[in-house]
Amino acid sequence: MKLHEYQAKELLARYGVPVPNGKVARTPDEAEAAANELGGKVVVKAQVHAGGRGKAGGVKLASSAAEARAAAEALLGTRLVTHQSGPQGQPVNAVLVEEQFEIERELYMGVIIDNSAGMPIVIASASGGMDIEEVAEKTPEKIFRQAIDPTIGFQGFQARSLAFATGLDGDLNRPAVSLITALAKAFLENDGSLAEINPLAVTKDGRVLAVDAKFSADDNADFRHKALFELADRSQEDALEVEAKDAGIENYVKLDGNIGCLVNGAGLAMATMDAIQFEGGMPANFLDIGTQNDPAAVSAALKIIGADPDVKAVLINIFGGLARTDVIAQGLVDAIKGGLLPQPTVVRLAGTNVSEGMRILDESGLDLIRADGFAEAARKAVAAAS
Amino acid sequence: MGVLLDENTRVVIQGFGGAGQREARNCINYGTKIVAGVTPGRGGQEIEGVPIRNTVKQAVEEFGANVSLIFVPAAFAADAILEAADAGVPVAICITEGIPTRDMVGVKRYLQTSETTLIGPNCPGVITPMARARAGIMPPDVYLPGNVGVISRSGTLVYETVDQLTRLGIGQSSSVGVGGDPIIGTTQREALELFENDPDTAAVVMIGEIGGTAEQEAAEYIKTMSKPVVAFIAGATAPPGRRMGHAGAIIAGKAGTAQAKQTALMDAGATVSQSPSQIGETMQRVLKERGLA
Repeated sequence: MKLHEYQAKELLARYGVPVPNGKVARTPDEAEAAANELGGKVVVKAQVHAGGRGKAGGVKLASSAAEARAAAEALLGTRLVTHQSGPQGQPVNAVLVEEQFEIERELYMGVIIDNSAGMPIVIASASGGMDIEEVAEKTPEKIFRQAIDPTIGFQGFQARSLAFATGLDGDLNRPAVSLITALAKAFLENDGSLAEINPLAVTKDGRVLAVDAKFSADDNADFRHKALFELADRSQEDALEVEAKDAGIENYVKLDGNIGCLVNGAGLAMATMDAIQFEGGMPANFLDIGTQNDPAAVSAALKIIGADPDVKAVLINIFGGLARTDVIAQGLVDAIKGGLLPQPTVVRLAGTNVSEGMRILDESGLDLIRADGFAEAARKAVAAAS
Repeated sequence: MGVLLDENTRVVIQGFGGAGQREARNCINYGTKIVAGVTPGRGGQEIEGVPIRNTVKQAVEEFGANVSLIFVPAAFAADAILEAADAGVPVAICITEGIPTRDMVGVKRYLQTSETTLIGPNCPGVITPMARARAGIMPPDVYLPGNVGVISRSGTLVYETVDQLTRLGIGQSSSVGVGGDPIIGTTQREALELFENDPDTAAVVMIGEIGGTAEQEAAEYIKTMSKPVVAFIAGATAPPGRRMGHAGAIIAGKAGTAQAKQTALMDAGATVSQSPSQIGETMQRVLKERGLA
């Protein structure tokens, strides 16, 4: 679950990370009032779940409250297209109005989970304001890491070493150590999957300040953080994905092609997409139905695929383990009879209760395209879509 | 005989609820010894003919359980894994999906001080067909005894792969589902090591997927292996930055792409199947070329 910049800054500030003075605004009036409060000279930043806002025109400087109002008017209600947002862009429903300050240099601080180490790691770099993966690739010597051992937690010497390594010494060292420690604490206590300050600024008046901030929390830990997860902004997600979640389908991702897919298991679902492309087609979505053992849930998932205007054919690929193929078959028959799935549909069933599943399809009298193996199913779906 | 499970396997099931009971039945029908179930507070009862105990320790002491199969819900699963390790169970297999990563950070660290091998979480389990030993949720009918080891991050894709092998008459020594989460007990590299050291395994199929660098780490080990490895990486067509079902399957950085993994595996000497429908045929060809068929 991703937070907006303003939400991430509020969270980090609670732990003691210094952030610029600022206020979130949802109307031009609010933006103007915020700018007045902050002394007029401000920066107005679109709040969207996509990086690359600056280059896309989503961050505007204003030297008066009137200019801040105009900047907010230009941004609010539009969709911001960045290199990460996809061609439709992300809706701008809020802007963050912040004080301006003079920056001496920009650094990077972040916390992620290192899968190989099996621990969170704090990453620091003196090259801020850039894509950290690019820095890691081109100049790996400029990246410094400290693992957080769960038995002892993040230690003072680790924060000091990261601060010194990135040139935060002298009078800057103490506030930098405090910032890094606060960032790590916020990550750990909120089940973070990513906490990032990029850039971290050293200002001309000698402060360290989080100029931009990102925070994502582990979706599996939502039961521990009710208030945090209520901050999720669903307007930033694809409408079909939101509908899927409401129907209890957690694992739906909209894609660019025209073959709708319903598969059980994430690996098989990815491999089905790969097989479609191998046969010359393109998937319209990723959908892992998981171990749904309720035909109504299967029908609900198929309704989402059927309602997608991009979908020209549907491929159902099920290898039953915990999931039962007869349940899938019943859900499919119900969906088609209910008019929810008008597209030509290719079905491949294997595994648990497959003979019962086949019998349900046979007795339905429906005109389904049947496939025995995986490749055959993909081939037939590509043919049906073209 | 195979890895992790053999004819001496005695399974305790932690979390003897709906899924636990159903899979206990399936395991027993397959021929596996399910010696006890653990549900705190229901010790002394018997469910579906399986004696229930309050703690894993009791199941070990009383019934000689040496494998724990875990179905405990996500919020409590880390605790269940730690209980199995504390009870000295040599192999713990965690099926549960959706365990918070932070919980697994603690489990992984604790297991460094323990003799217990953890498989999973978020995995289909382990099966050794020759011994009719199944500790997992896989459909047993598709498995055939033989000498090919199978390793997978995915559940259903491994059934598909095994089905392809079985239809070609290629049996399996064991099949190990390592799990789809970012932090797992046994990595693909470690599973390869188990098969390399298993005298009944002649070759290995490894099913990886996008995200992380576990396949690259496995590739480093493949360079040193005497046995041939056939690999497939799922998710070649997945868009970057999106989580594809598995918590671990998200492309972040170039190392996480299918192409980077395929290249690393090919450079290490593995044979990479480009299509998910040709994994079985690829293994058949490799076995023939190596004179192992």
